[in-house]
Amino acid sequence: MGRYLLRRLLFAMPTLLGISVVIFAILALAPGDPLAQFAADPSVPPEVRDAIRENLGLNDPWYIRYVKWLAALLRGDWGYSFASRVPVLDLIAQRLPQTLQVVGVAYLVAILMGIPIGIISAVRPYSLFDNLATTFAFIGFSVPTFFTGLLLILIFSVRLNWLPFIYDSTLRVTDWETFTRQVRQMLMPVTVLALFQTGSLTRFVRAAMLENLPADYARTARAKGLSEQAVVLRHVFRNSMIPVVTLLALGVPTIFTGAIVTEQIFRINGIGELLIKSIQNSDTPVVMAITFIFAVLVVVFNLIADVLYGILDPRIRYD
Amino acid sequence: MNQQRIWSWMVALLAGAMVLAACGGAPSAPAPTTAPPSPTAAPATAAPTVAAATAAPAPTAAPAARPGRGAGDTLRILYWQAPTILNNHLAVGTKDVEASRLVLEPLAAIDPEGNFVPLLAEEIPTVANGGVAPDFTSITWKLRKDIKWSDGSDFTAADVVFTYQYCADSRTACTSVAAFRGIKSVEAPDEYTVKITWEAPNSYPYRVFTSTRGAILQRAQFEQCVGEAASTAADCQAANLAPIGTGPYKVVEFKPGDVVIYEINERYRDPERPFFKRVELKGGGDAPSAARAVLQAGEVDWAWNLQVEAAVLQQLASQGGRGNLVTYNTANVERLLINFTNPDPALGEERGQLSQPHPFLTDLKVRQALALAIDRKAIAEQLYGPAGYPTCVFLWYPPFAQSVADIFKDCNQDIAAANRLLDEAGWQRGPDGIRVKDGKRLSLLFQTSVNTLRQKTQELIKANWAEIGVETELKSVDGSVFFGGDPGNPDNIGHFFADIQMYTTGATEPDPTSHLCGWISSAASQKENEWRGTNNMRWQNAEYDALCDQLRNELDPDRRVAIARQMDALIVSDVAMIPLVARPRVAGASKDLKGYNPSGWDAELWDIANWYK
Repeated sequence: MGRYLLRRLLFAMPTLLGISVVIFAILALAPGDPLAQFAADPSVPPEVRDAIRENLGLNDPWYIRYVKWLAALLRGDWGYSFASRVPVLDLIAQRLPQTLQVVGVAYLVAILMGIPIGIISAVRPYSLFDNLATTFAFIGFSVPTFFTGLLLILIFSVRLNWLPFIYDSTLRVTDWETFTRQVRQMLMPVTVLALFQTGSLTRFVRAAMLENLPADYARTARAKGLSEQAVVLRHVFRNSMIPVVTLLALGVPTIFTGAIVTEQIFRINGIGELLIKSIQNSDTPVVMAITFIFAVLVVVFNLIADVLYGILDPRIRYD
Repeated sequence: MNQQRIWSWMVALLAGAMVLAACGGAPSAPAPTTAPPSPTAAPATAAPTVAAATAAPAPTAAPAARPGRGAGDTLRILYWQAPTILNNHLAVGTKDVEASRLVLEPLAAIDPEGNFVPLLAEEIPTVANGGVAPDFTSITWKLRKDIKWSDGSDFTAADVVFTYQYCADSRTACTSVAAFRGIKSVEAPDEYTVKITWEAPNSYPYRVFTSTRGAILQRAQFEQCVGEAASTAADCQAANLAPIGTGPYKVVEFKPGDVVIYEINERYRDPERPFFKRVELKGGGDAPSAARAVLQAGEVDWAWNLQVEAAVLQQLASQGGRGNLVTYNTANVERLLINFTNPDPALGEERGQLSQPHPFLTDLKVRQALALAIDRKAIAEQLYGPAGYPTCVFLWYPPFAQSVADIFKDCNQDIAAANRLLDEAGWQRGPDGIRVKDGKRLSLLFQTSVNTLRQKTQELIKANWAEIGVETELKSVDGSVFFGGDPGNPDNIGHFFADIQMYTTGATEPDPTSHLCGWISSAASQKENEWRGTNNMRWQNAEYDALCDQLRNELDPDRRVAIARQMDALIVSDVAMIPLVARPRVAGASKDLKGYNPSGWDAELWDIANWYK
């Protein structure tokens, strides 16, 4: 096991290096200018913008910029944002709590709802519950979040005036009143995200369970006189978890990058919002930091998923 | 078996712990190090604001009884582009300039009519009061002696001189540096006097230390931040996010790219102002939802720059009932620029060079026909609504024009006249209705930036031109590329590798000289200057160049206005550019907000100290 982990971690190095080269090259080759917002403003003439580009080191060829970036990273320096002139990690640290709160809670809600719904649907296929759940799941993952987001805003904020649609990130939860305000402002974005994720998770769990329910080992377990509950939860569910674990483990890193569309709609200052704004403004250090941390998380959680397979299915051995 | 069960429990616990750590840990996350180091950054509790709300007068109170400082609760402002930095001189967009204006002030502001309003200065220097040298080589500002920084220290001439030195160092990378060009020295003869000397006479001596890009930095706070340290030193990074200022407010919390929280600067010079105890400037989202927030949902008191399609905007304003549209004039005009050089890709390196005149757009009759065929009124009314007036001229604001009726007189659509001009010029209609002359088809490539309004304008113009037998191919380029200055990218306005392009520009200061003189022959955008010349249509007109020289050297205000009008008329009569729509800026204000007076020559929030409910 130890040797396996070591080998995997060593393999991860060139993978991450390759990912960073590709992202950097794409960013550098894509057109854009951190001062583009001033482009039509005659009081910031092109030569001023060029001098600033030069100062930020943007006029070097991309491979030189990449080597500089990598060298700085190895010293632990992630660089500073062109737009704020603040260390990139500070910006991310400032955004992470909101993203983890909203996207993380939505993920948790999706897991807590998706798995039981999927199991019940599979155990009673084509029942009324299954039909309802399948329809719901189908709508959930086929309707895009920008649509459900706008729909909820129109209904609950504009028509009914029940919930705010501008997220207040300065709110500190200190007492019951501020807590309810926090819950109220999280309600719509969490619903939008959870609806989407529950949908896909339900379908996954249901499909995996349906595959395993008629399996030989399940029949054996029933023949041995185990209760149906024990058969489903202890035997079938556990075996069905293998594909689901992949989905869940690879979903965890996406919590970090936030939900670009949903964060934009509800003006949540999360990582996704930072990422898209930084891409639009060619704020390379910020984009590199977010995408690189994301890449590391993906590699790590892939590894975790692989280790979990071995635990769920003892036949899988790592030697 | 048993052992396996323990394993699976451990896995379940581990997974649960991870998710919990991800979510539960969030609220107690440590305060980010970029938080302003202000001692007043203690968590804001709801208690004091509730008390203030009851003390606040009803919104219907007579305007005369304008209540004093701090009588109002919270002013909520929404910018759909979020500020990312509060140091005016390092701003990367208008939103940063605006957000910093509550804190950092220039010596003088410019009101909507184009008049200077002294803020930190005792008066506006003029030749008459001896502030401006008769030869226009220097200007001397007398500073007010009662101004204090929000940390209690005195505001002096040393701060003003320092601000110049800060930006004069090119490694600081000030985005405001253009305002400081041509300066020989900035000196402080005494503690409250600042003298700026230019290398050559300057007919517009007010550009430095005024309006949007003239904010004065506190020397004590930024002294160590000149040069590269401005971006890299930790203290300077913190200072950029929480500058100490002289304005009505001070920053208590700033999350870059999200929200700024301000509270009253207790040392602000006017003891009666500002009215609002606290200002929250939230950023992000998009213009339509910002319009909805102020007009329909009433969630904010002020929303900036509502660039929303006319139909949607008017619907929100009339159905919402929570807010009003506020329009205010700028110098901006949406225009068509005509390429006087040949953009044919077959020319290779010679493409767009002055040596390659355009095959047919150099013919005045063709240009006149193109201008005559356009229905400006339809464009302004159908697409821009309250945010645009049809215009025949570029200088559409006082003192050049007095009302919007003045600017749309002699440029109504006239298809018959346009057709006649093309017939006279020898362009015959081909079998497909498109005009042809000497084997050349009258076919245009028309480019602009990606923007719903612009794409719809393109469609209307294409249809207008089709009526006179002109074929139009439409192209739209992403805004950051189109307006970008990359010398290697052929799709930007500097290269102008198309026949016609459309965008908005205009003077940024009441004086039009630098804007008008941007179109002179020698400023043509060429390969040699890396496509950075301001005259990107490469129009060559000796008469215009001579007028620009005259304008630069003329010091009499009335004659300056006359010359500027002449230049404007020449651009229009020679059809170098076609003015389409004069564009005021549109903001949204809640119905109970009063006292605002946004200026197109300055920051929208320049007089926020006067706002009240």
